[in-house]
Amino acid sequence: MTSYLCKGNQSSMADQVKLHGTWSSPFVYRVIWALKLKGVPYEYVEEDLFKKSPLLQQYNPVNKKIPVLVHGGKPVCESMIIVEYIDQTWPHNPLLPTDPYEKAMARFWVKFAEDKGSIIGSLFRVSGEEHEKAIKESLEMLKIVEEHGLGEKTFFGGDKIGIVDIAFGAFSHWLGVIEETLGLELLQPNAFPRLHAWTKNFKEVPVIKDNLPDRDKMLVQLKGIREMYLASK
Amino acid sequence: MAEEVVLFGTRGSPYTCRIEIALKLKGVQYKYIDEDLANKSPSLLKYNPVHKKVPVLVHNGKPVLESLVILEYIDETWQGYPILPEDPYERATARFWAKFIDEKCFPAIFKSCWGEEREREKAVEEVSVVLKILEDELKEKKFFGGENVGLVDIVAVVIGFSLGVYEEAARVELLNKEKLPRLCNWIDDFLSNSFIKESLPPRDKLIAYLRNRFRSGNASK
Repeated sequence: MTSYLCKGNQSSMADQVKLHGTWSSPFVYRVIWALKLKGVPYEYVEEDLFKKSPLLQQYNPVNKKIPVLVHGGKPVCESMIIVEYIDQTWPHNPLLPTDPYEKAMARFWVKFAEDKGSIIGSLFRVSGEEHEKAIKESLEMLKIVEEHGLGEKTFFGGDKIGIVDIAFGAFSHWLGVIEETLGLELLQPNAFPRLHAWTKNFKEVPVIKDNLPDRDKMLVQLKGIREMYLASK
Repeated sequence: MAEEVVLFGTRGSPYTCRIEIALKLKGVQYKYIDEDLANKSPSLLKYNPVHKKVPVLVHNGKPVLESLVILEYIDETWQGYPILPEDPYERATARFWAKFIDEKCFPAIFKSCWGEEREREKAVEEVSVVLKILEDELKEKKFFGGENVGLVDIVAVVIGFSLGVYEEAARVELLNKEKLPRLCNWIDDFLSNSFIKESLPPRDKLIAYLRNRFRSGNASK
């Protein structure tokens, strides 16, 4: 278990922020982006998912999953719940709109990202007919996001990134690696011009650009996962 | 300006029920429109083009979708009875348990009663596990929200009401009173709350509907 103390002084134990995660998880990055956008100093703790630390099991006994944010010793679980917690605890640079209706729209899309985002991940664990079905569902999902979610805006949050951009962050960097690993092109620029432009704009935002996992390392990891699945069949 | 609040839902759906409970707790006047899911109204399709589902809350012409999102919207828009706690940590905890109920509890409850036969036994075991987790989370509290009904209790209508109805309709036993004494007490307190009682659909009608829908012929959703 390695830990990295990020810059900034922790003022007291009560304020100390720790993030338990794994280096390539898009769920973990949602939390990292939120912390960085708010300028919150934190300590990062890398977890081995095949050998979960006792601390992780203690902090998240229900799911035993990462990310877990531990603030003043108290754990918060589930990436988007953590992001809302961060937004409420450190209210400057708000990630959610202030208007209740706009907030509700943002939360709708966050839920959409949560519920439907895993379709793309499922492509690793299926083959044949199921694989074809997952591709079809992925494309339908991307279409809905392009037309109804993003529309004419630059970012889901409007002129600046917000909570919905964070929720869809996996489309920006992870999706490309998945496509390369599986030899697919899902997010075609002709079919999804706005979403495709969004992936570029999102990755240009300084906080995002400076906080993305190494692409080459990810390729190796994902190729390994796919090979393991195919070998098990 | 006269405020207009319209709820599109289906009687018998716990997701719709949640919204009625929340609106009643807040004392909000609203119009209820019952949708036939086999024959969705043009209004519903207009307000929820992405999912075409209920519940949809339309507030002064603007639609809010997804039951958990609607609950938070109601809490932020109308003062008075607090549905979510103020404290950020307690809020995050409430949201965690709401998500747990929606993602782990209700699907298992549904599958154990109405799923494919080969899935049912596994689902029954899963229900036992998740209900125990909730039993432990309840601790000494009267409600998940503490002294009063809160977000998690409202979301847990699937346990407070739907669970018992499904058990009876499907003739499956899921709630072990010896193993889950706190949860059983919670169910009694839940069902005694007047706003909740007013929001629940008639039990016998729902049982008849469920048996008819899922047991006559093949289960088709």
